[in-house]
Amino acid sequence: MSVLDLALPSAGVPATRRPRAERRMMRRGLMFAAPAALLLLATYIVPLLVLGGFSLTDYKLGAVSTRFIGLDNFVQAFHDPVFRRALANTVLYAVIVIPCGVGLALGVALLVHGRRRSRPFWEIAYFLPVTATLVAMATVWQFLLHPSLGPVNAAIRALGYAPVSFLATPSLMIPTLAVIGIWQVLGFNMVLFLAGLTGIPKDLHEAARLDGAKNPIDRFLTVTWPMLGPTTMFVVVTTSITAFKVFETVAVLTKGGSGSETLLYALYLEGFEYSETGYAAALTLLFLALILILSIWQTLHLDRKVHY
Amino acid sequence: MVAALRRLLPHLLPHLLPHAALALGAGVMLLPFYWMVLTSIRPPAEIFNVSLWPIPESFAGLANYARAASQAPMARFMLNGVIVCAGILVVQVLTAVPAAYALAKLKFPGRRLLLTLVIAALCVPIQALALPLFVGLAKAQLLNTYFAQMAPFFLSVFAIFLFRQSFRSYPDEVIEAARLDGFTEMEICWGLVMRGSLPALAAFSVFSIVAHWNDLYWPMIVVSDTALAPPPLGMLLFSDAESGADYGALMAGAAIVTAPMVLCFLIARRHFIAGITMTGVK
Amino acid sequence: MTPQSLDLVGIGKSFDGADVLENIDLAIRPGEFLSLVGASGCGKSTLLRIIAGLETPDRGSVAIGGRDVTEADPSDRNIAMVFQSYALYPHMSVRQNIATPLRMRRLPLAARLPVIGRLVPGLGATRREIASAVEDAAEALQIRPLLDRKPAQLSGGQRQRVALARALVRAPAAFLMDEPLSNLDAKLRAHMREELAGLHRRLGATFVYVTHDQIEAMTMSDRVALMEAGRILQLGTPAELYERPASLSVARFIGTPAMNLLPVEIDGAGRISGLGRDLGLEAPQGKRGPATLGLRPEDLRFVANGSPARILRTEHHGADRYVTLEILDRSAPTLTLRQRADEEPIPGADGTVALGFHAGRAHLFGADGARLVLRARRQVAA
Repeated sequence: MSVLDLALPSAGVPATRRPRAERRMMRRGLMFAAPAALLLLATYIVPLLVLGGFSLTDYKLGAVSTRFIGLDNFVQAFHDPVFRRALANTVLYAVIVIPCGVGLALGVALLVHGRRRSRPFWEIAYFLPVTATLVAMATVWQFLLHPSLGPVNAAIRALGYAPVSFLATPSLMIPTLAVIGIWQVLGFNMVLFLAGLTGIPKDLHEAARLDGAKNPIDRFLTVTWPMLGPTTMFVVVTTSITAFKVFETVAVLTKGGSGSETLLYALYLEGFEYSETGYAAALTLLFLALILILSIWQTLHLDRKVHY
Repeated sequence: MVAALRRLLPHLLPHLLPHAALALGAGVMLLPFYWMVLTSIRPPAEIFNVSLWPIPESFAGLANYARAASQAPMARFMLNGVIVCAGILVVQVLTAVPAAYALAKLKFPGRRLLLTLVIAALCVPIQALALPLFVGLAKAQLLNTYFAQMAPFFLSVFAIFLFRQSFRSYPDEVIEAARLDGFTEMEICWGLVMRGSLPALAAFSVFSIVAHWNDLYWPMIVVSDTALAPPPLGMLLFSDAESGADYGALMAGAAIVTAPMVLCFLIARRHFIAGITMTGVK
Repeated sequence: MTPQSLDLVGIGKSFDGADVLENIDLAIRPGEFLSLVGASGCGKSTLLRIIAGLETPDRGSVAIGGRDVTEADPSDRNIAMVFQSYALYPHMSVRQNIATPLRMRRLPLAARLPVIGRLVPGLGATRREIASAVEDAAEALQIRPLLDRKPAQLSGGQRQRVALARALVRAPAAFLMDEPLSNLDAKLRAHMREELAGLHRRLGATFVYVTHDQIEAMTMSDRVALMEAGRILQLGTPAELYERPASLSVARFIGTPAMNLLPVEIDGAGRISGLGRDLGLEAPQGKRGPATLGLRPEDLRFVANGSPARILRTEHHGADRYVTLEILDRSAPTLTLRQRADEEPIPGADGTVALGFHAGRAHLFGADGARLVLRARRQVAA
């Protein structure tokens, strides 16, 4: 057997080969995928590896020397009162935002779904906060809730109560941020629920009516709610991810003062204000672990939930 | 009269009640927008006026907006926002479309691996990558540049995922007919397949632009130069600097920053809702 | 363009380890209308796609007009293909669809770009030629009034014509068609069959036509290649396939209603017995053992003195009538008899009839399915 035979397989010789046309196809595929693959490497894979590396060291940006310290950063995090407070704050925030953000959105969606002519108007009204730049709107909220200048406290005073300084009273800070969070996420969830409601076949409601579900509440419980199950799960998970990533309102309204740090804000402070890179990397990994649990679930369901 | 009303009420109530409830909720939802616009046209002297009456005693809109524009480089912020959003979107589409086409319609070694990585990357939020990306950009002396603001978002795994879903339904036979007709693979990818997925492109563009116009986290990390700040960061710097009580100018600034997305939303409501909600990820 | 020959030598292809095509040799003559026919999964579409260059064979070679194109890109083969789904470009008008193959070949890439392509100078004459070629192709298929519509605004039959016009416009070396009529309704399909045959006569081009429908294959083709499990079972004219099926599989596939198949036994002297009697037929020497006798429905007859049978059902098909019968007292399969509608069935006592067959037109297949020579001692056997 000669090299020539291998290089030029003559026609009709029954030898399996990888034809040139097929190689050309592969080359095309690789060329098309290459830019994205390289970016994926540069902006996802390498950074994640570096992040993991950082978390095991006491690296400080600009520091002269760096030591490997194993899992000390993680141990430190669980003893760090700031981190523990940030975690508690974030959980409290989520515990308020998730049920209210989902429940109210469902209620609004059910009401909007029944409207025919006025539906576009209600959609706009409730969806507007989703599109608006949250930083700017947080500034507006700050003014709205101002103890002496804001209309909210004016209303409270008019009812005969003492004005409340929502953004300076430690026990009220997180709930206040949560209300703004609900305000922001409501329209988004409403649209997801509306899509879910549209997907319920009309026949089912009619069948339920024939089966004796006369009361709208009966019909809701026998048809709508069970059929909305997947949508609801999706909305809950999506809202949870949004809630755990709360940042803008903290940055504008409290700056983490008076013990109002949230997870992401604490992370921002450690990593970018104090340049505690190694420690912040460990916090980031903890944050990522929390988000991953939710977002893996969400991504697996994304396939079915892509709306146009 | 009362009797008539009592007879009518059971019929009217089911119609009125939903509207009343929706109107009450909408009032709360829209209150901040209303207050923002109202304050932005009130003179500073009316700062203690907490009434919601829409007509100010004297119209100071021009003065407030002028002050906002002079105290902070609002136009510059907007321009920065346009540059950053456009730059990100263009690179995202240029890299994601060929990759999505390859994943949907071509065979090449490593295809499964790439797809798996793309789907895995969907689960990773930018906030988790910010730290190493920041260190890398700092080492490369690239902080405070447009590039630093855009680079982490050049690859949109979500775009790849979305376009791949959309491209997969493009008929293979048309692609084969095109190959027989002598189309280059690039022409097939952009001229035929992408062309057949314009709704997906529109939805993704809205998603991308809204997400990056409104993003604060990343600009806050890599930009300290006011001249390069995008609108949210500019707004933050403006409101931090504005420690006095010039709420008129502050609200005018907020209105300027918020206006582009809100106006786009009002114009293209359907596309907007599709674009923002198709993901579930903001 | 003069019609070209297509030569396939030793073509083999497997997907995921399963052989789809095994050592196919096929020489298609210039100007011939050849059909590849077989059940789905027999490899006929893969073979067509290999000719087009959309698949590459694992083994073997493809030549068009004597030129080896095994490794050539689909666009370099000058082959036109009509797809089952027509594969029209959805965003282009009919005119643009038909013009595309010419634009791709005659205009440089820069001139094909949207908007700015118009600015490339010196191509006015070429563009005019393309436009007139499009008009001619549209004329040939009578779709001129549709030229400015989009594919979505056309009916199935109209799309079919546009796909044909797109294939026609560039005078290719050969036309490949992959089940082009299967998405049309029955009436339109019959009409398009005629048109395609007419088109082939007018153009004199080489046509390779893939179908699972034997009627399409038999009515239009010069030759038919019947495929099964990645192999060509028989290649021949429609008449050859019908009258001299090379094997039991071919016999089963070709003809509607299907050929009647009777289990028979060949004795040591070559005498054939079935239905419990000597059938008066002789097989070649040394082929003793079980065999199958094939009888076309039109070769069955009602005779005065034959096997007793009962009529189960009669179907009227206009000029013809199909009669389903059951042989009495035998575990033979039911048989179908075809007769002209103006012939009266011979009613026997209590609804039974006597059945015979045209012995000179019976087919005999050995235990391995291969055709055996058959000799008849009588004209009509019972």
